[in-house]
Amino acid sequence: MAEETRAAVETVHITIDGMELDVPKGTRILDAAAMAGSDVPHYCYHPGLTAPAQCRMCLVEIEKVPKLQPACVATVADGNVIHTQSAKALEARKGVLEFYLVNHPLDCPVCDQSGECKLQDYTSAEGRAIGRSLEPKRVLGRDDFGGDVTFYADRCVMCTRCVRFMREVAQDERLTVVQRGHRAVIDTFFDEGLDGNIWADNIVDICPVGALVSKDFLHKARAWDLDRTPSICPNCTQGCNVRLETRDNQVQRIKPRPNPEVNSHWMCDYGRLNYEWINRGARIEAPLVRGADGTLQAVSWSDALTKLAAALQSSTGDSRAVVSPFMANEDIGLLRRVIDSTGGGGGVYRCQTGEEVVLPGFPTLALRTDRAANVHGAELFGFARAGGADGRGGLEAAAGHTGALWVLGDELADAPEGFGSAASVFVYVGHFLSPAARNAHFVLPATTFAEMEGTFTNVQKRVQRFWPALQAPGMSRPAWQILGVLLAGIGEAAPVATAADAFASLGGVRPEFAAIAWGDLGQAGVPLGSFAEAGD
Amino acid sequence: MAYPYTHPKEVRLLSKYFGDPEARTLKGWEERGGYQALRKALGTPREEIVNTVKASGLRGRGGAGFPTGMKWGFMPKKVPGTPHYLICNADESEPGTFKDRELMRWTPHALIEGCVIGAYAINAEHAYIYIRGEFFEAAQVMARAIEEAYAAGYLGKDIQGSGVDIDLTLHLGAGAYICGEETGLLNSLEGRRGEPRVKPPYPAIAGAFGKPTAVNNVESLIAAAHIVQNGADWYKQWGTEKSVGTKLFCVSGHVKRPGNYEVPLGFNFKEFIYDVCGGTPDGRPIKAVIPGGSSVPILTADELDIGMDYEAMAAAGTMLGCGSVIVMDDTTNIVKQVRRMVDFYAHESCGQCTPCREGTAWAAKILRRMEGGRGVADDIDTLLAISENMSGRTICVLSDAAAAPITSSIEKFRADYEALMAPEPGLVGAGLTGAAHGSIR
Repeated sequence: MAEETRAAVETVHITIDGMELDVPKGTRILDAAAMAGSDVPHYCYHPGLTAPAQCRMCLVEIEKVPKLQPACVATVADGNVIHTQSAKALEARKGVLEFYLVNHPLDCPVCDQSGECKLQDYTSAEGRAIGRSLEPKRVLGRDDFGGDVTFYADRCVMCTRCVRFMREVAQDERLTVVQRGHRAVIDTFFDEGLDGNIWADNIVDICPVGALVSKDFLHKARAWDLDRTPSICPNCTQGCNVRLETRDNQVQRIKPRPNPEVNSHWMCDYGRLNYEWINRGARIEAPLVRGADGTLQAVSWSDALTKLAAALQSSTGDSRAVVSPFMANEDIGLLRRVIDSTGGGGGVYRCQTGEEVVLPGFPTLALRTDRAANVHGAELFGFARAGGADGRGGLEAAAGHTGALWVLGDELADAPEGFGSAASVFVYVGHFLSPAARNAHFVLPATTFAEMEGTFTNVQKRVQRFWPALQAPGMSRPAWQILGVLLAGIGEAAPVATAADAFASLGGVRPEFAAIAWGDLGQAGVPLGSFAEAGD
Repeated sequence: MAYPYTHPKEVRLLSKYFGDPEARTLKGWEERGGYQALRKALGTPREEIVNTVKASGLRGRGGAGFPTGMKWGFMPKKVPGTPHYLICNADESEPGTFKDRELMRWTPHALIEGCVIGAYAINAEHAYIYIRGEFFEAAQVMARAIEEAYAAGYLGKDIQGSGVDIDLTLHLGAGAYICGEETGLLNSLEGRRGEPRVKPPYPAIAGAFGKPTAVNNVESLIAAAHIVQNGADWYKQWGTEKSVGTKLFCVSGHVKRPGNYEVPLGFNFKEFIYDVCGGTPDGRPIKAVIPGGSSVPILTADELDIGMDYEAMAAAGTMLGCGSVIVMDDTTNIVKQVRRMVDFYAHESCGQCTPCREGTAWAAKILRRMEGGRGVADDIDTLLAISENMSGRTICVLSDAAAAPITSSIEKFRADYEALMAPEPGLVGAGLTGAAHGSIR
């Protein structure tokens, strides 16, 4: 089927920078050049927006065509011989870059974009060493655009990506170009500016220069000091593909990572700006076991897990669990396996909810009602929703449970006094030693999603990987590792050494997972059930 | 003497009734043989009209000189349910041009006829006249004439019993030169920012409201009406082989008798300036002439012995443009004139394309500094480099138009620039000029 589709696409034969290739008819020259390994500099073109061809940076030379052509709108024609690096094309780009700098303040040392700025990059790669302008620069100053966005007008290259994003994707025209010619400037219509539009921060991402910057990130870190780790936004079930950008073992900001199946190039401000909790300190740093004197004692992992295995074997009755929907599939799935192999039982998860906000220009993407990444994972592994829209309450059944009681990741901030004190074994696998957690017999420090490998299942039932971006505190371990080792200890399974092992073991609980190989997940994820469907 | 000035060497077809207030009224126009062309056209197959205009060789009078009949021929076959539009470009804004204004002021019904004939030829149900916002009087005259024409059944449903329906709307611009560029005009007409569109698609495929559209100049449409009435061969009796017919020339600057003159294309330019327009007011020698509006390269006094047609102008390295002749005598400071033009383009650039947005303003700043006597040695080279980087690199040709006077004036009047270059010794000593004050860089 796929083969047939490929054969049906009409291709044309072209030469780009000396490389001959066949590309589908109608391909933009810019994309064709990328296939040939040539990066055509551009500002106004963005793959998620319409192309106005106005920055004139992407002009390329096509043999037998008299004028240079904009690679962002011109499409390939059979037999085209295209030069992106010819003297003529380079000269044109040099000219455009010089024009940009005529009024640019060159304030790179204090500019947030410095280090990830396309004007800086292209000028350093291809621009003139010395500008020829002797004239005083036009000074416009800056403006608060509302929301999280500040506008430095003098740095603007008038690519209008921001205006087009608000018009075409957010479909909420809050920005426009006012005036014309060299007096043209981006502006808001009314006093509220971007306030209230939760997609507005995307214009900061797509601004190729330092004109639109995030107030939240302003002057916090230099771009070159950041480490960037592919991850999944944890703040709702959409599972936007993101990069966690970190410095000094702290998340400094979250940026979207393109995935055409999930979030295109975008993400919402709620998800993006809601990262402080990932950096929260005062974590549990060592396994704690309740000693003979009734106090929690820090012990080694082997002691803790050996004692826990013994305690579980002598425990009677079914198990109950409270799991957090911020935990990975592997964490929740392995807890399910542990419960199933120690007499079975059920459990709940609690999740804060809010209003769903769809992105009109890419309706696949929305800030979802459930404000935690792995609600669907928790459901798949047999945990039921409890509590209210604020993510609290619903602990009644667990609080007085008399068999084994498991808490995975949930902080239990609102737990009633004496929570878990009736339990035969109370195991707390989590991050913070809340009053309720102090009632546990075993307190096992787990890592957050930002500190480990694992997967979430999003609202589309798509399984997506994340990678460790931060150093885990103290002796904390991924919950899947803790539970995997425990499972081996109670004689139920082969030891789980890696996230891949943990993922592979999920197939035993939910067969959908058995159809997906860890290696196939890649950075874009795989929808659950897609393999089974393909086989039907 | 009639309408400001006339001259026996003129061939007044379109401008025949300039200065005749009665020709403005429907009654007066009909008495002068008006609306005969319209009647004839509506009884003729559409293709035949297009073919006649093609055969006449009429070239667009808005500046580019693209054959009008060929432009109509590009319109796709009519598909029922898909509207076609005819747009009359009356946004006459090129500095030095004032022929369309006069055509509309004196002969509004001639334009209505032209619009109906053009719209009929391209199968359009709706024609728009996009008129420059500053043309208050012309717009009033046109509006009155359109009202009269509707009342008399020359516009609207079933025009003169022919079964043809054509509506005509007068649309006032809001004061932007760039809206004279045909796709900028279309955006403005649709209520968007007046910014030229990327071509292709051309207006014949996706024009006004995304539908097939022809955009024609006022003078082209009126000339087409004459051609439809009298035939292609009749029109070909004037002009040269490739530049057919008569053309209105707008003359301003240092001439004795400025104004509009209609002469056959190919008329000798020198004779035109010295005889038809009477030469310079006090007999001073001519220094420079801009033959086709501020966007075209400048000619020196020695280059005037050429024909006023598209080919001869091109051979002389300039363009006929829209026929706006600006004459400058030897008292003119060329740098100041060029600065004024470049200031105009900087003010009128829509700001989409980087080379135009930044280049026009930068060049204007340099020219202003030079005009003030603060030029530095590198300025001429910088101006030429800016012009080079502005030419052929943008969506529309405003940028090229701004560069043309800079390059041609530097080429031909370099001494005027160099005269502004030498800084006063006192300023150099005080470190107050760009040349001496290295840190300015």
